[in-house]
Amino acid sequence: MVRRITSSPLTVLGLVIVLIILITAAFAPVIATHSPTEVDLVSKLEAPSAEHYFGTDEVGRDIFSRIVYGTRISLRIGLLVVAISFPIGTILGAIAGYIGGRVDQVIMRITDIFLSFPGIILAMSIAAALGPSIENVMLALAATWWPWYTRIVRSSVLSIKHSEYIEANRALGANPFRILFKEIVPNAMAPATIQASLDLGFVILAAAGLSFIGLGAQPPSPEWGAMLSNSREILREAWWAATFPGLAILLTVLGFNLLGDGLNDLLDPKQR
Amino acid sequence: MHALQFVAKRLLLMIPILIGISILTFAISNTIPGDPARLILGPKATPEGLEALREDMGLNDPLYVQYGRYMGGIAQGDLGQSTYSQRPVLNDLLRYSPATFELTMFAMVVTLVVGIPFGIISASRKDKLADQFTRIFALLGVAMPAFWLGLLLLLFFYLKLGVLPGSGRLDGGMAPPDYITGMYTVDALLTGNWPVLYAAIMHLILPGLTLAAVTIGMITRMTRSSMLSVLKSDYIRTAYAKGAPENRVLYGHALRNGVMPVITLLGMAFGHALGGSVLVEAVFSWPGLGQYAVNAINYLDFPAVMGVTLLIAVIFILVNLIVDTLYFFIDPRLKHN
Amino acid sequence: MALLEVTNLKQHFIIKKGFLGEKTTVKAVDGVSLFIEEGQTLGIVGESGCGKSSLGRSILRLAEPTEGSIKFKGEEVTDMNAKQMKELRKEMQIVFQDPYASLNPRNTVRQILEAPLAIHNIGSRKERREKVELLVEKIGLRKDQLNNYPHEFSGGQRQRIGIARALMLEPRLIIADEPVSALDVSVQSQVLNLMLELQQEMNLSYMFISHDLSVVQHISDKVAVMYLGKVVEISDVEKVYSDPKHPYTRALLSALPVPDPTQKKERIILQGDLPSPSNPPSGCPFHTRCPMATKECAEIVPPLEEKTPGHFAACIHT
Repeated sequence: MVRRITSSPLTVLGLVIVLIILITAAFAPVIATHSPTEVDLVSKLEAPSAEHYFGTDEVGRDIFSRIVYGTRISLRIGLLVVAISFPIGTILGAIAGYIGGRVDQVIMRITDIFLSFPGIILAMSIAAALGPSIENVMLALAATWWPWYTRIVRSSVLSIKHSEYIEANRALGANPFRILFKEIVPNAMAPATIQASLDLGFVILAAAGLSFIGLGAQPPSPEWGAMLSNSREILREAWWAATFPGLAILLTVLGFNLLGDGLNDLLDPKQR
Repeated sequence: MHALQFVAKRLLLMIPILIGISILTFAISNTIPGDPARLILGPKATPEGLEALREDMGLNDPLYVQYGRYMGGIAQGDLGQSTYSQRPVLNDLLRYSPATFELTMFAMVVTLVVGIPFGIISASRKDKLADQFTRIFALLGVAMPAFWLGLLLLLFFYLKLGVLPGSGRLDGGMAPPDYITGMYTVDALLTGNWPVLYAAIMHLILPGLTLAAVTIGMITRMTRSSMLSVLKSDYIRTAYAKGAPENRVLYGHALRNGVMPVITLLGMAFGHALGGSVLVEAVFSWPGLGQYAVNAINYLDFPAVMGVTLLIAVIFILVNLIVDTLYFFIDPRLKHN
Repeated sequence: MALLEVTNLKQHFIIKKGFLGEKTTVKAVDGVSLFIEEGQTLGIVGESGCGKSSLGRSILRLAEPTEGSIKFKGEEVTDMNAKQMKELRKEMQIVFQDPYASLNPRNTVRQILEAPLAIHNIGSRKERREKVELLVEKIGLRKDQLNNYPHEFSGGQRQRIGIARALMLEPRLIIADEPVSALDVSVQSQVLNLMLELQQEMNLSYMFISHDLSVVQHISDKVAVMYLGKVVEISDVEKVYSDPKHPYTRALLSALPVPDPTQKKERIILQGDLPSPSNPPSGCPFHTRCPMATKECAEIVPPLEEKTPGHFAACIHT
């Protein structure tokens, strides 16, 4: 298993990035060099230096420390949104695929409706309706994300349901419960799990976007999207204020993406 | 199946989706934000005043009555009044959508022109340097926050080099071309207004490229994997085995079948670009639907937000319908199904 | 008393077609009667789409039969409730065509083989292990391969695993649905010989479904030939192969290679395509392709008649 992971350099890179993110989040107070929110007007708009690795913003806050603390916020958003939407989506998908008929029709029509909005637009309007806050952005993202899992799980359940090894189990006298949970679910979960690990990154990206337009984290929160939004005011004076938070988002999304792709190969039993 | 039959069936299938969308937007706008009456009257409202306004706005009616009224309004083009601009939302949408449409179309054209050739090159040079380079480029495109890329481009090409404009659709003080489509490049071209055309294109470049970055990543990856699976197929091997020259195999046989599946994903890419335009417009002060929506959010102008949501969903569905119809005409297998 | 007796079995499927979802009925199995004796093998041959696989699934009630009777050891199978069916499944098992699709890719061979015992709560953990290990050697795999996953085996090995799974419950009858069709010719005979050995040893009965006439000849005691959901000829294997009574059987047999090249044999080429089972021809279902067809064939549905003692065929001309 270990050898299989290390045989793909990109997966290793993804793993390393994700580990760095996790460590940063866990030890933020140790890693950060300054307070993430403390205003220091004397050293405002300073360029990156040994004192302020990533420079300071218009009120002298240390951007490096803000990014370090921001890791916690982003990670929490990613994990919670996936933790809410994944079970809802997969359970509905399993029900739709396994029971079929009317139930399937109803569930799939509902997912169609949710998926007929470009994701960020629906999340935007729900978050706007709920009012700007991080919690509401998480709710809004969870509400728009679950149909993807429903689709994935349903289609894999459908393809597995009609496979001969399920029929073999019916011929052996296995009851529907055993067939669903011992034969179908373990096989159907793999693609959704891979998607979930990719989504950790995409959720963070979407949440940063919503914060960027003023819906998510509110100042002075060191959320990356909100920091970028703020950096627009000082773009001319402080390129660093716009550069580093975006780099943090990019690396995070990239890390989860690479890890997800690696997981894809790993969860395929044909390569075990 | 006949082409008309196909389109008719798709149109029929759209009806329940549209109804579902209206129910969803209704649910978001009417049930979630608490009490609209309180929102309007503010914290100092008296209970009597609130009750009177609620009665007046029909908020005390059963939900289905309210939904009926909402639908009736939509059917007549009444999307409510923007509390910020004080104009009917529909007027605002009509006014801002050409800018978004122009931006999105520009991004889609760039996406196709860049993404598909990149995907093909990547697939035909699998694991070579060109492929590695393209794959990393595509991966970065997918993982990159578009609004951040926009800021960086703005920083470099506008603030640092000063070679490209950084905001708006035209240079300051320039009069827009005569209104035909509302898309400045098209209108300027049609009226032969060359200075405006030049300015409009220059203004499109940065936001357009920013918006295209994400979809280029998507389309490149899809084209690559689709081409790879075609190149592995038996008929391509046969063509090689017959001694057909590489270019002929690649462009004569593989291209058509490899690129076709990508077409079905254009609708999705378009939706992505539409969604992304909200953020990109905010970066470049591009006066389109996205900018309008962001302003509306900041001023708690709820009817405007819902109007944009509804409009974008409908556009998205129509684009998907067009893409599917297109695909139906291109793929001979579907006609005989 | 026969081990399995099927009388007038019908398996009709209703499918929706077209834009408005018009319903059509596909008569996959249309009035089949046959029986299998203890320890014997009945071969079922026919082109793909003739309903032979549906017949097997119908007998096991993997698809509910539309009409007819299935008697196993004299007991009516179609009337059984869930509990009785579960008991019955210990005695009647199936081996599938595709050894790649019939084994769960995520389970080890041990898990796959222990599943039947677990489902029926047979034996302790240790006893199950022992039973699996005993059987796995019988089918020619090693004990240490039990912890491998299906994809680590060849097609022939996988099919052995599929057979072992069917044998775990010590059934009396195995319905083998094209068990060797997906395998290389060289591997086919190994699997067939294994099946014959196991039959001897465990006194098994087989219903052996195949489109391959030479394979069926090799393994069967009796043969039934199916065409469009009906049995058109049934008898002992020697009788059918040496003296076919139905023109369809003759056409099929004429395509078989002959061991003696000096022996001249006319190959009968069938005209036209297999008609759709959702829209079968009138009268004799075979008349559209039959070289002997006359006007009456389009009108009369020929009954399955005893042409010579113990040899049945459904043709008015022989």
